[in-house]
Amino acid sequence: MDNKRRKFLKIAGLSAIAGIGAPAALNMLMKGNVQASSPHGHGDDHGGGHEEAKGHGAHHGEVKQGKRYGLVIDVHKFNQTPGLAQKCISACHDTFNVPDIGNKKDEVKWIWEEPYTHAFPEHSHYKRNTELHHLSFLVTCNHCDDPPCVRACPTQATFKNEDGIVMMDFHRCIGCRFCMAACPYGSRSFNWRDPRGMKDGKPFIKKVNPEFPTRMRGVVEKCNFCAGLLKKGLLPKCVEATGDTKAMVFGDLNDPASEVSKVLKSHFTIQRKPALGTKPSVFYII
Amino acid sequence: MLEKALQGNAKYWSWVGFLLSMMGLGAFCYVLQFNYGLGLTGMSRNVSWGLYISQFTFLVGVAASAVMLVLPYYLHNFKEFGRITILGEFLAIASVSMCLLFIMTDLGQPIRALNVVLHPTPHSILFWDMIVLNGYLFLNVVVGWVALNSEYKGTHPPKWVYPFVYLSIPWAVSIHTVTAFLYCGLPGRHFWMTAILAPRFLASAFAAGPALLIILVLLVRKFSSFDAGDKAINKLVTVIIYAGLINFFFVGLELFVGYYSNIPGHMHTLDYLFFGLADHDTGIIYNNLVPWMRTSVIMGVISLALFGCKKTRNNSGMLIVACALMFFSLWIDKGLGLVLGGFVPNPLEYITEYVPSIPEIFITLGVWCTGFFILTILYKVAISVKTEAERLS
Repeated sequence: MDNKRRKFLKIAGLSAIAGIGAPAALNMLMKGNVQASSPHGHGDDHGGGHEEAKGHGAHHGEVKQGKRYGLVIDVHKFNQTPGLAQKCISACHDTFNVPDIGNKKDEVKWIWEEPYTHAFPEHSHYKRNTELHHLSFLVTCNHCDDPPCVRACPTQATFKNEDGIVMMDFHRCIGCRFCMAACPYGSRSFNWRDPRGMKDGKPFIKKVNPEFPTRMRGVVEKCNFCAGLLKKGLLPKCVEATGDTKAMVFGDLNDPASEVSKVLKSHFTIQRKPALGTKPSVFYII
Repeated sequence: MLEKALQGNAKYWSWVGFLLSMMGLGAFCYVLQFNYGLGLTGMSRNVSWGLYISQFTFLVGVAASAVMLVLPYYLHNFKEFGRITILGEFLAIASVSMCLLFIMTDLGQPIRALNVVLHPTPHSILFWDMIVLNGYLFLNVVVGWVALNSEYKGTHPPKWVYPFVYLSIPWAVSIHTVTAFLYCGLPGRHFWMTAILAPRFLASAFAAGPALLIILVLLVRKFSSFDAGDKAINKLVTVIIYAGLINFFFVGLELFVGYYSNIPGHMHTLDYLFFGLADHDTGIIYNNLVPWMRTSVIMGVISLALFGCKKTRNNSGMLIVACALMFFSLWIDKGLGLVLGGFVPNPLEYITEYVPSIPEIFITLGVWCTGFFILTILYKVAISVKTEAERLS
């Protein structure tokens, strides 16, 4: 028995050494993503940050090469144009065949309105101006630069495109809903039932748009920043719906000359839950 | 050896018949769920995991607890466990089987389950969970079956099996650690984001698993001539007491950090579980898990008192009560509160309560009965082999 114990201790020792080595290997795999303090600081309100990150070494902070699409939402402009937010939501949901199941439990949504307290629960609500509490905020997938959903997905059914868009492959998704637990913004919906079905003779998808696939039950879905339209040189549907109001500005965050970069430079903006290090690509002017 | 499972008395067959009919009912409900979608369950957009995943989490612990027998027996030569180590390993097999079934029942697209293997994704913890769970199942099947087979033949287990035995020890720890990592690495889910989640999982597992095992061993003593021996049972009681105490200590640590730090996100779910949580906008108090969680605490305290007192501990009737209380206390704590509580409030701080649907409950019972069916067959074989071997020697 003593002999067996010695053998075990040998194995245990070797695995301990392997265990000590593992974090180093992991570090290399993650390409130095582990840094003590992000260029954002911890929990500060202003989102920007991607320019300050320069000189901090590759991969720290935001990615600076290539495209990274981002969206600025001007809440006041939405407030000045009643019905505009609803127009954006319909434009999106009609284009992408988002079903209207008709109950909260099975709800599927890509973009929707939230009051300040729920869109920014980590911010203080005490003694804020009354106007703020009457505003409604459009919320959607943040297309994080460091998306926790992509990290969690066991099949790479959700993944990040080269242009920073977090995409879904409806045909690979196994419906484990790990991504829904991982998303800190509640941006993901699951097809609890067949979205192509109907209730009381009313189909969940009122008019099917043949340009985009309808989903089957048992898969997760969310906003895709209209990746397909961007490829054709068009704007996302919600942005298009805002017309000339400038309530939404969309573009490449990595291009300093883009309109979105200029707007971010000249306005005070906030992101949702910046302290979590997800680096959202959606900004709010409040 | 499997033929031993085909010989039994009327009681045995009626138990097997009961399990099979419950499995049939579960399978029927699963067909309904498969055709309708997971909307048939009580899960929702805001509480996107329910009974299936919480049972899975709890049962990973029961599976891991086999190490509490394997380690003393094989590493420390604690001979008294020689008679029941196999029962622990077979309990692990049944538990891991239930875990895998619960994951399958929870998938929206179960037919695509193999995508996890076809598109291996090391940055996903679920990928690693798939590896450690299947690995643990394999290790316990090999070790358990080979050990029993050599007993059947009246020989010592072959040498080649020992590396598998030793590997199964850290592997048992790994299954529950990786399962804890599923939860504690998610940003924005404050309740789960705690570094002691894995140790707490292990502590509660090492109390709940042996508690179930003692009940099983006492049942086996009642229904067959096989007796595990009081010494083995007493040792298991010691394990349960310490593991149970450590678990409650850990729960206390969570409460301290939450309430002393006074950080809202850290208090919300604790409030929801133990006191009820008021909705921001409406002031309505949500508390459907409060009676459960308080019952869990009371059960745990009574159980520890019964275990701690020599008089009750040595009375087999009271011992069963103590074990049952400990098992259900931890089942509520981990098999309900931990997973369901983590979704309240949701990331936008809305409160949605979860109540499982009837078909969901029957599917859950069906999986549990499948586990007990596997357990019954394995225990029948093991006990027949053991009593025969003892008769011959």
